[in-house]
Amino acid sequence: MTATTVKAKPAMTKQRFTDIFMRVIFTLCACVSILAVVFICIYIFAGGFPAIREIGIFDFLFGTKWKPSSGYYGIFPMIVGSIVVTGIAIIVGVPIGILCSVFMAYYCPAWLYRFIKPAVNLLAGIPSIVYGYFGLMAMVPAMKDLLGGSGKSMLTAGILLGIMILPTIIGVSETSLRAVPKSYYEGSLALGATHERSVFFASLPAAKSGILAGVILGVGRAIGETMAVAMIAGNQARLPEKLTDGIRTLTSNIVIEMGYAAEGIHRDSLIATAAVLFVFILIINLCFSVLKRRKD
Amino acid sequence: MTNENVAKAVITEPAPEKYINKVTMKQKLLRYKRSPLSLILMILVMLSALFAVGILLFLIGFILVKGIPALSLEQFEWKYTADNVSMTPAIINTVLMVLLTLVLAVPIGIFSAIYLVEYAKRGSRLVKLVRITTETLSGIPSIVYGLFGFLMFVIGFGWGYSLISGVITLAIMVLPTVIRTTEEALLAVPDSYREGSFGLGASKTRTVFKVILPSAIPGIMSGVVLSIGRIVGESAALIFTAGTYAAIPSADNFLFSSTRTLAVHMYALYNEGLYTQQAYATAVILLVLTACINLLSSFIERKIAKNHS
Repeated sequence: MTATTVKAKPAMTKQRFTDIFMRVIFTLCACVSILAVVFICIYIFAGGFPAIREIGIFDFLFGTKWKPSSGYYGIFPMIVGSIVVTGIAIIVGVPIGILCSVFMAYYCPAWLYRFIKPAVNLLAGIPSIVYGYFGLMAMVPAMKDLLGGSGKSMLTAGILLGIMILPTIIGVSETSLRAVPKSYYEGSLALGATHERSVFFASLPAAKSGILAGVILGVGRAIGETMAVAMIAGNQARLPEKLTDGIRTLTSNIVIEMGYAAEGIHRDSLIATAAVLFVFILIINLCFSVLKRRKD
Repeated sequence: MTNENVAKAVITEPAPEKYINKVTMKQKLLRYKRSPLSLILMILVMLSALFAVGILLFLIGFILVKGIPALSLEQFEWKYTADNVSMTPAIINTVLMVLLTLVLAVPIGIFSAIYLVEYAKRGSRLVKLVRITTETLSGIPSIVYGLFGFLMFVIGFGWGYSLISGVITLAIMVLPTVIRTTEEALLAVPDSYREGSFGLGASKTRTVFKVILPSAIPGIMSGVVLSIGRIVGESAALIFTAGTYAAIPSADNFLFSSTRTLAVHMYALYNEGLYTQQAYATAVILLVLTACINLLSSFIERKIAKNHS
């Protein structure tokens, strides 16, 4: 008996070797994404560290003057710019996005859905450079006529970003609305509530955490968007006073100056800008995954 | 009246069945009159949907109206010069960039997903780590990828602005997409397939490659198409890795030549500030490409839905 059990343990055949070999390959491939994150962290943080040390973390983060030619490296205006532009994008994109997802989940007849769903997907697929060019050629002149100034402002950039994050918010909200049990809606209808009241006061609150996840995803996309914002935000590196002022975001600071920044503190300070942006993104990611875990 | 008569009366009653469970327009209006909040909410929902579709139509219309007249044969000449601003090299570079990136990212992504679904123990530490890192990767903005690629490949490895720097950067960028979609596709393969294959004496490797992967192909394809869309539209991550040189890479220095894809071409045109018309024309081509990729992905999605039902 013992002899047979010993024999049952497979010998090192060719087949068994392949199995072990492939297992190792699969495991190694799974480690690639871990490795990538580690390398990105090392390169971005290590690359930005010398600049932060030289400038001083306080002067770098809260300095209000960015003038590389005369040795001022304060990114506070850019931090404010990123936050304000993202804020406007949320104000524009979130209500419209959520209402749109309600439309798609509870109002849209099947024949119309076959057109609207691909339309939203297309909105998600359009390259940001095309959005930016559209903003530059269509929105900037319109804002100029409407509000004066150059038309390139944080308001223009915020509105365009609000449009760009729409598909993200619509997609995630719609999925979570559809995951709400139909009985919530039906129960509310049976109690005599109208269609709208049932949707907005029974189904929508139940999908709250999913919708919030979509909003956070949208925030991440808005704060990281580069090209479109760089084209229409005006890019003045100073603290804005009103909504129609031009502004520079963290992302556009990198893309504008990286092309000509000389090696040394100027380039390092741009990498440090990316490090700050990266920290923002990590915080947003953390919020997102905490929310997702809680939902599960 | 007997019961029979009642039944007859109901049957012969002319009220058509289609009104059962239906609300007439009049009843609807009455309801909204009683509950103004509902009316306001309904109007807001309709307006938002109109806005979203309207803005898409306006954007597409705007680009097409301005861009189609700007298209000229000149822009499709084989070589780029400052006169013709040809986008042919950029189109070919885009195809090259897509192919090479997929060659790198798709096998690694599929293998990672195979590990996560078929091999790893549930809740193992490595799985958690892989999940956290793929989530992190999918949230990193493209400009950070660009800067990372610049620091690691262009400067660190001394490759300069080159096709290979761009390819590796983009491969890391689309990796989470490939992993996630493949994972979903693998999870959708019924366990009976695995059991059947093992039962017939197939090894684990054979089961994975001959049974599980073939039935997950539509799902994997949808991830590949999503990745293609992302690569085609990418500009920020490529400017500082692959550079903006407007020519097809030369054969003798293929991987280490600087290239510009279509999206980067458009950025360069905008940046030079002289080529408004050509930028519009490029935007048209980009839009058409995006639309084609979207069509392809919805076609695949429909195929998946058919397989599942």
